[in-house]
Amino acid sequence: MITYVGELLEGLLVTLELSFIALAIGMILGLAAALARIYGRKPLSYLANAYIELIRGTPLTVQLFIIYFGLPVLGVLFSATLSAIVALGINSGAYQAEYFRGALESIGRGQMEAAISLGMSKRQAVARVVLPQALRLALPSWSNEAAYLPKYSSVAFLVTVPELMARAKVVIAENLRPLEVYLVVGLIYIATIASISKILDMIYERYKFTVE
Amino acid sequence: MTKVVSVRDVWKCYGKVEVVRGVSFDVEEGTTTVVFGPSGAGKSTLLRCTNMLLIPDRGTVFLRDVDLMKAGRKIDYYRSRFGMVFQHFNLFSHMSVLDNVMIGPRVVKKMPADQARLVALEALEKVRMKDYCKHHPSQLSGGQKQRVGIARALAMDPEVLLFDEPTSALDPELIGEVLQAMLDLAKEKKTMICVTHEMGFARAVSSEMIFMDEGVVVETGSPEHFFTNPSNDRTKRFLSRLTDLYGRHEEKSESVAGKK
Repeated sequence: MITYVGELLEGLLVTLELSFIALAIGMILGLAAALARIYGRKPLSYLANAYIELIRGTPLTVQLFIIYFGLPVLGVLFSATLSAIVALGINSGAYQAEYFRGALESIGRGQMEAAISLGMSKRQAVARVVLPQALRLALPSWSNEAAYLPKYSSVAFLVTVPELMARAKVVIAENLRPLEVYLVVGLIYIATIASISKILDMIYERYKFTVE
Repeated sequence: MTKVVSVRDVWKCYGKVEVVRGVSFDVEEGTTTVVFGPSGAGKSTLLRCTNMLLIPDRGTVFLRDVDLMKAGRKIDYYRSRFGMVFQHFNLFSHMSVLDNVMIGPRVVKKMPADQARLVALEALEKVRMKDYCKHHPSQLSGGQKQRVGIARALAMDPEVLLFDEPTSALDPELIGEVLQAMLDLAKEKKTMICVTHEMGFARAVSSEMIFMDEGVVVETGSPEHFFTNPSNDRTKRFLSRLTDLYGRHEEKSESVAGKK
């Protein structure tokens, strides 16, 4: 058993790499889309809305295959790993946008009014007052996304990225013990997600505040 | 006396409802103007139009010689020359008391941190909240929150202070400390426009009172005028009802005023 656990853990590193980069890309896209939807002018707001609905309306696998198998037809060639990161990032961004939007909209109008009345521009008011509160409020639901991604990233094995699931397939092809290996894989996922949740909980406890 | 603020024929509607219908008044430097009237009279909307937090549909407001409707991109700057205190405090929930008061000078005036801290501490001292610097808004009583709200406005060193029913959301026993802070400011000759029903406060410090109803100014005059012989029937009715409803508060605020 020891022999293949090392192999699986190497896969876990790839899984984590995919997840963290995708989470970061998704956060940037998600924040931009949420801000555009709430504060942007009409065309920008529509564009953000279209992105969110398009991504949430289609399976991740379809998005991944379009990038990996489809785009080369147009001459755009991404490696398997890059395809997976881009697909996961764009996908996560649409969901993160909704978490951020909910949080942004829950900040009372009075906070914005107070900031504007001090002489802040709308941009300064959002950056200094509304967004810092929204990010804190979004954290508990946003941590869902951080817990989903390592699991969703397993679709990357469909395009040959050597992540945890792909390694499991290889191991099973050699030792022919699928039940045992998949149970170990499940345990590795559980341990990973539990650690991520724990860290995010600690961050939340540190920064949480009581809404006026 | 010089005029600091001139409100000129301001109109504002929400959808089809005309909330403010052609209000004009002037505010002299160093005086307190009290605006009062029944709820829905358009007082808060008028106050928000005064510093262009809401843009009037018609009419304009002058801050000294500047026509605020023609200020264009500089409107954020002119708005910073007004300090505003809100009924529900609107303190920034994620910041300490000190940061709440510092953020205006820091972000709007681009003041260095150490200088902004001094300004903020001075403002907090004035409302007797200096000892609560490190507290968060959720740890304060309503009266304390409102005093921090006043300090936050003061830290910008505004030309005019706008108060939007600053004591209406407070428990009766907490009203006194907020009124005291406002009285201190009035005694210092700060220019203030207060939407309030605290008639004891109005009597003690205001030089001009404005009674509003249904979006228009019904009657203006000195406190003596209002408390001895108001001319308009609506004003009389409202004042007598106010005494019935708020009699207790009024006594309280008068006793605060009386101490000075």
